[in-house]
Amino acid sequence: MTALDFTGAVWILSFLAGFLGALTGLGGGVVVVPALTLALGVNIKYAIGASLVSVIATSSGAAAAYVREGYSNIRIGMFLEIATTLGAILGAFLAGRVGTHALAIIFGLVLLQAAIQSFRGNKGSDQPAASDALATHLRLGSSYPVDGNRQEYGVRNVPAGFGLMFGAGTLSGLLGIGSGAVKVIAMDSAMRIPFKVSTTTSNFMIGVTAAASAGIYLSRGFIDPRVAMPVMLGVLAGAMLGAKVLVHAPVRTLRAIFAIVILALAIEMIVNGFTGKV
Amino acid sequence: MDDHRLEAIIGRLLQIGVLAAAATVLAGGVLYLVQSHSGRVDYRSFAPGGPDLLTLSGIVRSAIHFDSLGLIQFGLLLLIATPVARVALAVVGFALERDRLYTVVSLIVLSILAFSLIHAT
Repeated sequence: MTALDFTGAVWILSFLAGFLGALTGLGGGVVVVPALTLALGVNIKYAIGASLVSVIATSSGAAAAYVREGYSNIRIGMFLEIATTLGAILGAFLAGRVGTHALAIIFGLVLLQAAIQSFRGNKGSDQPAASDALATHLRLGSSYPVDGNRQEYGVRNVPAGFGLMFGAGTLSGLLGIGSGAVKVIAMDSAMRIPFKVSTTTSNFMIGVTAAASAGIYLSRGFIDPRVAMPVMLGVLAGAMLGAKVLVHAPVRTLRAIFAIVILALAIEMIVNGFTGKV
Repeated sequence: MDDHRLEAIIGRLLQIGVLAAAATVLAGGVLYLVQSHSGRVDYRSFAPGGPDLLTLSGIVRSAIHFDSLGLIQFGLLLLIATPVARVALAVVGFALERDRLYTVVSLIVLSILAFSLIHAT
């Protein structure tokens, strides 16, 4: 393959991944890595490095739009970033130690989980809870817009959420993904934070988490400019277009299709990991 | 200065940072393709490049010399810097709000990021 063909192919795949990732809210990173390794035979370490970079681009690029909506909670985000950044450093160190086949298998299992989660759909507990003692002390509760009014909400189970966030950070650093799904579980299910607040705050946190492992990725050679360039530009363009058409899109149908794609990629990653093809 | 205004300013700055990074990566990418579009590429095996593309000083040096890959890496460094800038701005913002607890919290996050970036590069 020539450099031009490769760059073009990677750009198109990344554009599609970013577009669908933005429409479905599942993020582009989870598809970029299997697409590059399975379709173009790129070493998984290069794929992971490029994906991590694209994760930062979409998170930082979308921040302004999310803030305008007024859902994200900067205090919750900042506090939990202590856990995610520490986890991300651990994950990035592990990524250098774990072999290629094992990485592919772990990646496949995470994809499998993401597919199952999106098949089930997010119910989201929208009944606001009252803050417990620790959350009150940390002033994590706030309010968010519901039908033109500000709805107050509290936060619970901070230690459990903090622990899950450490795990989300480790996965992010190990696999070069945003692991937004785990972050949302930690906030929505464990800490009882309203779903809308959880998803937007999670997006805000993803970039900071990824930045914590980016330096380690860079110095280890995971971020190859010739692979990362089309991935970053493609995912960013796709995500920007996805955010624009989001309002008119049949999100439920797209989500179902995307979940099937992820499921297929998950199985292929696991099989190829075991047979040593990836 | 309240939380929402602080976040709005930070969000705007992040967007500008991402666009600047994307423009730099694009410039390096165009240069790379002009110079070596028909070269054969294969990324099956993992072989990290030299210090020109792996260390901060090496990347800056090759970007100044308009090396195509150095320019791309420099753009990616700009991109990696955007979330770090976000946390640094939050430190300032919380300090202006005289919020002691969250000034400290964001300082902790900033030092974890600084440790990781400095330690690695």
